[in-house]
Amino acid sequence: MSTTALDMLKLLLGVGGILVIASSTGYLLKQKLSPDGSNGAIENLNARIKAWWAMVFLIAIAFVAGRVGVLVLFAFCSFAALREFITLINTRRGDHWAIAAAFFVVLPINYFLLWAEQYGIYSIFVPVYAFLLMPIIAVLRGDPRDFLLRISEVQWALMICVFCASHVPALLTLQIPGYEGRNVLLIAFLVIVVQSSDVLQYVWGKLFGRTKIAPTLSPSKTVEGFVGGVASATLLGASLWWITPFTPVQAALMSFVITMMGFFGGLVMSAIKRDRGVKDWGHLIEGHGGLIDRLDSVVFSAPIFFHLTRYWWSLT
Amino acid sequence: MIHDLIAKLASIAIMMFARALTAARAIWHETGLPPRQSIYFANHSSHGDFVLIWAVLPPWLRARARPVAGAEYWLKSKLSTFIGRDVFDAVLIERDPAARTQDPVELMATVLGDGASLIVFPEGTRNQTEARLLPFKSGLYHLACKRPDVALVPVWINNLNRVMPKGEFVPIPLICTVTFGEPMHLKAQEAKDEFIARAEAALLLLAPPTTEDDA
Repeated sequence: MSTTALDMLKLLLGVGGILVIASSTGYLLKQKLSPDGSNGAIENLNARIKAWWAMVFLIAIAFVAGRVGVLVLFAFCSFAALREFITLINTRRGDHWAIAAAFFVVLPINYFLLWAEQYGIYSIFVPVYAFLLMPIIAVLRGDPRDFLLRISEVQWALMICVFCASHVPALLTLQIPGYEGRNVLLIAFLVIVVQSSDVLQYVWGKLFGRTKIAPTLSPSKTVEGFVGGVASATLLGASLWWITPFTPVQAALMSFVITMMGFFGGLVMSAIKRDRGVKDWGHLIEGHGGLIDRLDSVVFSAPIFFHLTRYWWSLT
Repeated sequence: MIHDLIAKLASIAIMMFARALTAARAIWHETGLPPRQSIYFANHSSHGDFVLIWAVLPPWLRARARPVAGAEYWLKSKLSTFIGRDVFDAVLIERDPAARTQDPVELMATVLGDGASLIVFPEGTRNQTEARLLPFKSGLYHLACKRPDVALVPVWINNLNRVMPKGEFVPIPLICTVTFGEPMHLKAQEAKDEFIARAEAALLLLAPPTTEDDA
């Protein structure tokens, strides 16, 4: 077995072990405090843990399937996220072609370019080509009402749901000397740090949360949860240095950047939800709300993590 | 046999396509799932409306739910006849009173007599106006008079008109919800206008609040 596969197996066993503990705890809590399913917080916790199992399972399958598996998984994530996003924005009849193009042209090309490893064109495809061509498609329909608002929202949706989200599988295109064939572990590192930061912020917040950090944006986020979550996720990331091309200190710094981007990304997406008057982006994942509710922090941290790693470690 | 199999596969394919496009989700009334046999009456803004209702119904309710549709539309070509009659198992009614050979309400009552549920669109045609709902036709009242025992369930389909507005041929993926209201019945001695107004109100109650962006 290659060292990469072995490391992957260790990670899976670790994550699986944590989920077994989480599921057992959830079960015991349910037996003790909510045998009839009436305690909302515990039901929600158990629904979340179940969804975690499903997510880990999906990611594991994608990793086994290799590069194409990861690309397909994230292309589907982009599709579902874009669907949630477009549902919430102001669109008019005149945007129909532009939105159809976003789903059926821009999204597939973006992932095709990653598959073809055309980094140069991939990195400007959405920010330059889609940015200029989408408003042209929209303007051909001749409806000027709220035009700037409408085209901005569609472009923002594309940047977040397609371009930024695709930086997770883009990690596979990096060429890091001495790290050949192990790039998939960079994805595992990013996803584990971001998601554990989310979970740890939630746990620290539930246990010690007193002071709201952004009451007008996200009533559930607290200073205690933020500090505890970021600190413990940074430590966790540092302890995973052996799956990365980084030293332990570098891994800690990377994890810190990832968790900070994740936290503030979550705030940004909360502000949008507040403005639109919804609590969740959708209902795709039971207990978690929509896909974007789970993906928001990954989306914000992935491009920065990608570029930091690319700038200092990659040959491409 | 093979014909039935193709029809079955086509219905599954159409439903999966609708789900992939809209992630359709049912919002049930607090009283729970609708009764086993019901007349679902829904707002009508797209050809896909009843597919969405179908897609969110649990299998045992879906199996007996038959859409009511215009015969002149569905019997136009071989393909649409196959889809309408065999795939969707639609109850095809003749809408033009002058030319028809069978009374639609009689036909629907017969189908109900066989134990099936019906999906009807009492606006009579697709709503392409700015209004949330067109005035109901009286068919729903006459049907309720014939079978006052069968529950009438209001169903609001949200967002599907944005997925594929009239005149577009490419649908766009958007999340749709299907909201089921409280089952209602014709009251004793209830007048036609009274009943129709009550049914319209029950359906509008399920519509999301309007915003100025609705256009």
